[in-house]
Amino acid sequence: MTALTTLAMAAQDSATMLWREIKHSIRLLRLLIVTAIVVPVVMLVLFDYVLGETLGHGLGDAARGALYVDYLVPGILVMTVAGGCGPTAINVSVDMTGGFVDRIRTMAVVRGALLAGHVGVSVLRMLVATAAVTAVALLLGFRPKASVEDWFAVVGIVAAFSFALAWLSAAIGLVTKSVAAANGSTLPLSFLLPFLSSTFVPADSMPAGVRWFAANQPFTAVVDSLRALLTGAPAGNTPYLALAWCAAIALVSFLWAQAAFRRGTGDMIRIT
Amino acid sequence: MSSPTRPATRTAIAAIGLRKAYGEKVVLGGVDLSIGEGEVFALLGPNGAGKTTIVRILSTLIPPDAGTATVMGHDLRGGAGAVRAVIGVTGQFSAVDNLLTGEENLLLMGRLLHLPAAERRARAAGLLERFDLVDAAKQTPATYSGGMKRRLDIAMTLMGRPRLIFLDEPTTGLDPRSRYTMWQIIRDLAAEGVTILLTTQYLEEADQLAHRIAVLDRGRIVAEGTPDELKRRVPGAHIRLRFADATSLDAAARALREGTRNDEELELQVPNERGIRSLRDLLARLGDDIAVEDLSIHTPDLEDVFFALTGSASKEQTR
Repeated sequence: MTALTTLAMAAQDSATMLWREIKHSIRLLRLLIVTAIVVPVVMLVLFDYVLGETLGHGLGDAARGALYVDYLVPGILVMTVAGGCGPTAINVSVDMTGGFVDRIRTMAVVRGALLAGHVGVSVLRMLVATAAVTAVALLLGFRPKASVEDWFAVVGIVAAFSFALAWLSAAIGLVTKSVAAANGSTLPLSFLLPFLSSTFVPADSMPAGVRWFAANQPFTAVVDSLRALLTGAPAGNTPYLALAWCAAIALVSFLWAQAAFRRGTGDMIRIT
Repeated sequence: MSSPTRPATRTAIAAIGLRKAYGEKVVLGGVDLSIGEGEVFALLGPNGAGKTTIVRILSTLIPPDAGTATVMGHDLRGGAGAVRAVIGVTGQFSAVDNLLTGEENLLLMGRLLHLPAAERRARAAGLLERFDLVDAAKQTPATYSGGMKRRLDIAMTLMGRPRLIFLDEPTTGLDPRSRYTMWQIIRDLAAEGVTILLTTQYLEEADQLAHRIAVLDRGRIVAEGTPDELKRRVPGAHIRLRFADATSLDAAARALREGTRNDEELELQVPNERGIRSLRDLLARLGDDIAVEDLSIHTPDLEDVFFALTGSASKEQTR
C-alpha cells in the first residue's frame, strides 16, 4: 500500500470515528449540557454571588482593582474545559469494556482512528462549552478587557488545554477497567485540581502545605495566563508556561494512550 | 440430526502448538487445529477451558506465547492485516454501539470497511431485512432484546462479507426461541459456504451445528471428530429398567441373564446394541408377569462423551 492511500485511509477512518462520536454527543446532549455548561455556570454563580463579596475583599492586590467576577471567570473557563474530561473517559471506557475496541481491532481499521475521533470531538465539546460559559459570564457581569490579539491567545490556550486534557481523559478511559472507574478517575482533574490552583483564590494565599503545589501546577499556569490576558494585565511568560504544560501533558498522555490501546483489553481481562 | 461431514478442500485454519499463559495460569497448553474451508467447527468446553483465548488468538486480538497459525492462508505473525480483511468476529458480549441506531451501527461498519455509500446502504438494508430488524432499524439497541442485539451483532460482522466467521458463544444467555433463530442463522451461513469457528458450552448446540467438534478441557483438546465419531467413543446405548420391589428385580435379572443391576435403586441396566430389536426381545423375555415400573432408553449423547473425556464427575452425579 502506498503512503498516500495509507494516509487517505487514516483520514477516512478518523472521519468515520469523528462522525460516530458527534452522533454520540448528540444522543447524550442533555446530559452533556448539564455536566459541561450548567455545572460551571452554577459554580460561577455560587462563587460570585454567594462567596464573591468576601472573596473579592480578601483578594487585595491580586484582583488589581477589578471585580471578583473578572478574577473568577478565567478559572471557571478552565474548570469548564476540565469538566469535559469525564464524558471523554466514559465514552472511551465504554468502547474498551463493551467490545467495540475488540471489534475494530479484528477489522482493517487504521489504528489511531478511534482515539482521534474521541479526542477530536472531546476538544470540540470543550470549546463549545467554554464559549457557552463565556457567554453566560458576560450576561452575569463579566467585563473582559482583552484586545483582539489577547482573545486569539485566549482561544489558543483554551484549545491547547482542551487538547491536552482530552488525550489525558482518553488514556484514563483506556486503562481503567470499568466505566464507573473511568468517571471516578477524572474527578481529581475536574474538581480537585481546580481548587488546588489559582482558580478561586491566589495560590500564595493558601496554607504552606499546598501553596507550593498550587503555585506550580499546570492549572494555575493556564488560569493565570487566561486571567492576565482577559483582564488586560501584563501576562509575562505565563502564556508560554501554560502552552508548555499543555504540550507536555498532551505528549505524555498521547504516548500513554497509544501504549494502552496497543495492549488492548485482551491480556488483562476475559481470559476464558 | 447433525449435518454430514464436508470434504475439507482447502485449509481455513491451521494451528500448531498454540500456547498461552497469564502469569502462572496456563490457559492454552499446546493446541493444534485444522479446519477446512466451508466447515462448521465447534470448540466445546466449560468456562475457563480456553475457547475464547483460541478465538482471540486466531482473530489477531492477542499473540500466542508459542505456536504458529495460518488463517485463510495468511500467517498470523506478519499477515494480521490480510487476516483481518477476510474474517468476521462476533464476540461473547454484544459489541454493538448502544448510542447508535441499528441501522447506524451497520452503516458504521460499512464506513469502516470503506464500502461505497450506495453499497453501504444496500447491504445494511438487506441485512436488516434478513435478520428481522427492519422495525427496529431506527431505534438504539437499548430497546432491543438479547436475541435482537445478538442478531445485530452478527449482521455487523456480515457487512464485510467475511469468508471465515468466529462466533464466540453465540447463544449464551439467549432464550430458547432466540437460540433456535441463531442456529438457523448459523446453518444459513454454512450453506453459503462460509467457514465458521464457533465456541459453545452446549453439547446439543455443537451436535446440531458442527461438522466437527474439538472438546476442550483446561487448555487442551481432549477429543476431536464428527459428532458421531465422538459418540462412538463412549460405552454403548442401554435400556434402563426400574422395578417396584426386589422380587421383581430378581425375576427380571434371571429372565434377562445380562446387564448390571443396582439393588439400591432397584434398577437393571441392559445393553441395547440393536435398537428396537433389542427392546422387543427384552420385553418378550420379561413376559407379562414381571412388573416394570419404569423403562428408559438411553443413547449416548455428547454430554456422555464430554464427561467421559474430561474426567469430570459423571452425568448422574452432577445433575
